[in-house]
Amino acid sequence: MLMLEQLNIVQGDFGLRADWSVPAGTRVAIIGPSGGGKSTLLGAISGFVEASGRVLWANARLDGLAPGKRPIAMLFQDQNLFPHLTAAQNVGLALSQKRLAEAERSRVENALVRVGLEGLNNRKPAQLSGGQQSRVALARLLLQDRPLWLLDEPFAALGPGLRSEMLALVHQIAGEVGATVLMVTHDPEDARRFAQAIVMVDQGIAQAPRPTGQVFANPDAALRDYLGL
Amino acid sequence: MADRLRGLIPLIAAALVGAAVLLPLAAVIWRAGGLSPLDSRSWDAVWFTLWQAALSAVLSVGLAVPVARALARRRFRGRSALVALLGAPFILPVIVAILGLLAVFGQKGWLSDVLGLFGLPAVRIYGLHGVLLAHVFFNLPLATRLLLQGWQDIPAERFRLAATLNFRPWTMFRLIEWPMLRRIAPGAAMVIFVICLSSFAVALTLGGGPKATTVELAIYQAFRFDFDIGKAAQLAVVQLVLAGGAALIAMKLTLPEAGFGGLDRVVPRWDGSRIVDGFWIALVALFLLLPLAAIGLRGAGALFSLPASVWQAAVYSVSVSIGAVVVTLALALPLALSRRKWVELVALLGIASSPLVLGTGLYLMINPFIAPWDVALPVTAGVNAVMALPFALRILRPAAAQIEAEHGRLADSLDLRGWARLRWLMLPRLGRPLGFAAGLTGALAMGDLGVITLFADPDTATLPLQMYRLMGAYRMEQAAGAALLLLILSFGLFWIFDRGGRANADA
Repeated sequence: MLMLEQLNIVQGDFGLRADWSVPAGTRVAIIGPSGGGKSTLLGAISGFVEASGRVLWANARLDGLAPGKRPIAMLFQDQNLFPHLTAAQNVGLALSQKRLAEAERSRVENALVRVGLEGLNNRKPAQLSGGQQSRVALARLLLQDRPLWLLDEPFAALGPGLRSEMLALVHQIAGEVGATVLMVTHDPEDARRFAQAIVMVDQGIAQAPRPTGQVFANPDAALRDYLGL
Repeated sequence: MADRLRGLIPLIAAALVGAAVLLPLAAVIWRAGGLSPLDSRSWDAVWFTLWQAALSAVLSVGLAVPVARALARRRFRGRSALVALLGAPFILPVIVAILGLLAVFGQKGWLSDVLGLFGLPAVRIYGLHGVLLAHVFFNLPLATRLLLQGWQDIPAERFRLAATLNFRPWTMFRLIEWPMLRRIAPGAAMVIFVICLSSFAVALTLGGGPKATTVELAIYQAFRFDFDIGKAAQLAVVQLVLAGGAALIAMKLTLPEAGFGGLDRVVPRWDGSRIVDGFWIALVALFLLLPLAAIGLRGAGALFSLPASVWQAAVYSVSVSIGAVVVTLALALPLALSRRKWVELVALLGIASSPLVLGTGLYLMINPFIAPWDVALPVTAGVNAVMALPFALRILRPAAAQIEAEHGRLADSLDLRGWARLRWLMLPRLGRPLGFAAGLTGALAMGDLGVITLFADPDTATLPLQMYRLMGAYRMEQAAGAALLLLILSFGLFWIFDRGGRANADA
């Protein structure tokens, strides 16, 4: 379970608070108006943004740990791959920061096959399409063996068709490894299709997650504003 | 624990640089016994140093204004080659340029030949005007690049607006160009002033005599001709005050950045005379190309009949140069990767100290223990490494910061730290700037004629020193051959390093 206890982020005159928990294995969408602090919330959980309060995973405190030491794998809006490394090297960094052993190399290969990139191991990001780049990043996520995935609109640059394809893939793979996923999106439709629970971020508060069906069936004032209803 | 140790590496690098600069300075100050009254010859040297540096700065920037403006508003074939040529004097060995300038402007040079056809007397190059000629040769291109950058930073919309309002040239200058010049030109002049304050090789070859001696040259003369180490130390303190003071003043000014590239854009304009612009472009192209052509023409014949001493000197120079590259990169890399502010101060140490001051101090430190000429080559490599360090940092630091900004988050989230971060992120992405910094350092060390003059015995010489000795012995053919060899080695070394950096830098 991911628990945020009295989490409080202050950046100049911007503030954001959160105090709730998410059961392990849940897919959560974080929605809300732009500038509301959706990415900042992910930043605080992953350790890129300073915050007071506590972040716990499986009852262990994460706050105070460096981002790379947290049980968290992350996809950003952009720059998810090192442009000078091949697809296989990028994915391989999930397993080891040294030369890969034979067994590790075949795991990398399998992960690339799993995301539909068979035979593209030696391509560099510039030689891959946007969708393929996202798949490489997903393959790395798959091997990183970290139970909590934070996705910060990683597919925002893709077209609607590709985006829902990628979301379906994340859905499947996260299910296979039992990952807990927190995903920022600005598309309510994506949130509805992908997530089991919704966190609304607005007016300095990240509300506690509520079941997706319930949220969209009875939108509260904040969601109605956001959706323009 | 390992992280703590790694955090120490930039500190150690900084401490090494600090020791390499401050210990010799302390030795100099100690030997000079503080500031004692100067004799009149030394005062002459101080005034000449300031006067020639000021004139060089004003002339270089003044001439750069029409040249940069012409380059900013004219598109012509060979423009990018000319802009690249403007970067060449930076890595051109001073002594090579001087031989080239002598071949064109000297008493037996091409200009004198042409004047002779009209019954006019030959030019006399030695003295203040010779020093200025050489300084303008080196710094006019620098000033032009700085000002060209300024011109290109003026938004194109302003020139479009000026064209629709049919501004007269004077209005255009007053309202659009003058404000930019007022911002850039003083800084450019200051940079050149500081460079020329430490002029040694130019003064050594084209100046000299009581009326045209810089402080750096006076240090050398006290050392080599008067065998008066105390006086050399006293002059070194004077030089330290001059260069340090100028560096402090320069820090207050916002100095323009000479971008290394990105000067390809021509802002469309509808004003100015093609003929006037063409005149300035041709003039600067000839001014830069003729001396180089002279070296090529005169040197080619002698290149294959050079004495063994020249080849021996070339070997020494290549090893000095590679040694300097290794030391500079080993110091610059950890400093560039460190995000601490004090790294700037380390760079400043290199800028404020001059080769002959450091050389004097090192001589004082080494002399009691071993014969200085035994370590002439390592000392030359070391001093050049310190001198090149500010340039290397200027190239590497912004590049490293940009890599961090773009990819640091991803590296953090993958827990890439220390050696792994260096291997997977920094080194592959720093390839180009590393190659460029190595190339500059290598070429500068290759062509340096400074500290080696204090340390060398008659049997050892780097190539620039050997060339200078050949010139002193009036063996001009061989000197030209050695100059061509030095030119090829300097540019070749730069090219190899720069290429090497690019080779791995795809995507």
